[in-house]
Amino acid sequence: MKKSVLSAVVVLLLLGAAAYGSFFIAPTDAKQGLIYRILFLHVPSAWTGLTAFFISFVANLLYVWRRQPRWDWLGVSAAEVGLAFTTVVLITGPIWAHPVWGIWWTWSPRLTSTFVLWLLYVSYLLLRTLIEEPDRRALLSALFGIFAFIDVPLVFGSIRWWRDQHPTPVVMGEPGSGLDPLMYRVLFLSWFAMLGLMTLLLRQRYRLESMRGDIETIQRELEAA
Amino acid sequence: MALLSNTAVLLGKELRTEFRSRELLTTTTVFVLIVIVLFSFSFDPTSAESRRFGAGLLWLAFLFAASLMLQPCFLREQTSDTLSALRLSVSDPFAIFLAKLVANTLFLLLTELMLLPVFAVMYNVPVLATLHWLILVFFLGSLGVSIAGTALSAISAQARMRELLLPLLLLPLLTPILVASTEVTAALFGGSPYVQWKGLGFLAVFDVAFLTTLWLLGEYLLEE
Repeated sequence: MKKSVLSAVVVLLLLGAAAYGSFFIAPTDAKQGLIYRILFLHVPSAWTGLTAFFISFVANLLYVWRRQPRWDWLGVSAAEVGLAFTTVVLITGPIWAHPVWGIWWTWSPRLTSTFVLWLLYVSYLLLRTLIEEPDRRALLSALFGIFAFIDVPLVFGSIRWWRDQHPTPVVMGEPGSGLDPLMYRVLFLSWFAMLGLMTLLLRQRYRLESMRGDIETIQRELEAA
Repeated sequence: MALLSNTAVLLGKELRTEFRSRELLTTTTVFVLIVIVLFSFSFDPTSAESRRFGAGLLWLAFLFAASLMLQPCFLREQTSDTLSALRLSVSDPFAIFLAKLVANTLFLLLTELMLLPVFAVMYNVPVLATLHWLILVFFLGSLGVSIAGTALSAISAQARMRELLLPLLLLPLLTPILVASTEVTAALFGGSPYVQWKGLGFLAVFDVAFLTTLWLLGEYLLEE
């Protein structure tokens, strides 16, 4: 218990430092003014979400290979946490886009592919609710997770090649498209803090899932007895 | 070699089952026809407008039809309790998938080719000059849809609410197919048609990637 409190405090401090950096240390953008500061929430959330989905993919592979329930627990936990971060991306995106581009939503490659990614993992979680038997649920959802993750680069590729009608945005452009070095430092600090938050959430979610798994096992044993 | 001969036998079974009743083909054809007619109300299908939107709505209709057509693929085996027998009869479970996905590709392609003239007439889009290229796009696209769809129908057949679940799992996964096929088809429908090799290559990459994954994971999909 003490360890989890300590790690929560550390993550909280990190997030505080990142917020301080985003608001007070990073210089104001010459073109966009204050609104650009949402970058320090938006971009690290996207990176963290992708990291979580990657963890889920690895856990899915390990489950299919090793068949230990803990990989199933890790898989679903990481998918849920990744979905939470991707939701943050999808919400902060329009908030940023409206004052800068003048529209809430544009069907630009990044937005569209992030949205499809989000839908894929919603389907993954939905699938899990529709299979009762734990082993079968674990195996089938892991297999779907693998298919979904393999689809991700194809979704990004297809949308980037053909649907790219929007001019390359100023800040979300290619790396090195003119971010101040100080901005970069704050950006990476934010990402680091977000990764800390992700680890924290992942641990808690994993513990919850493992308890659920234990309860399911006990229930089945009771029913069999 | 055993894989190929097993696949051939199973493919024969799939085709016989379908051509005895022709249930899948007729329902899917009528479904696509309905969608094509309904789509015409959402915009004014003059020749210029159809060239802009036609390819997209045609592929959307195909995708919706596929998500219905692939439904019984494994469900039928499950309800008639033939899945275990199937598994016992082949040395490599990939043969089951291979036979089913070849059959599904064939059924989809047949439906698409039957409806292409109807679409061309109703939406004022000339297709004869580029027909052979259109067939190639239809083939590569349908193959991708069938590979992913056959794999996912093995998953959805084992869940509750399976009829609703398959489209939910399948349609987002098929986004790359929809985008690439639409673009290639639109280029062929255009005023000065051309072949978009990039798109054809992309479809081939999708097919190979998913086929390889299915080959690696197939046996787990059919585990009991």
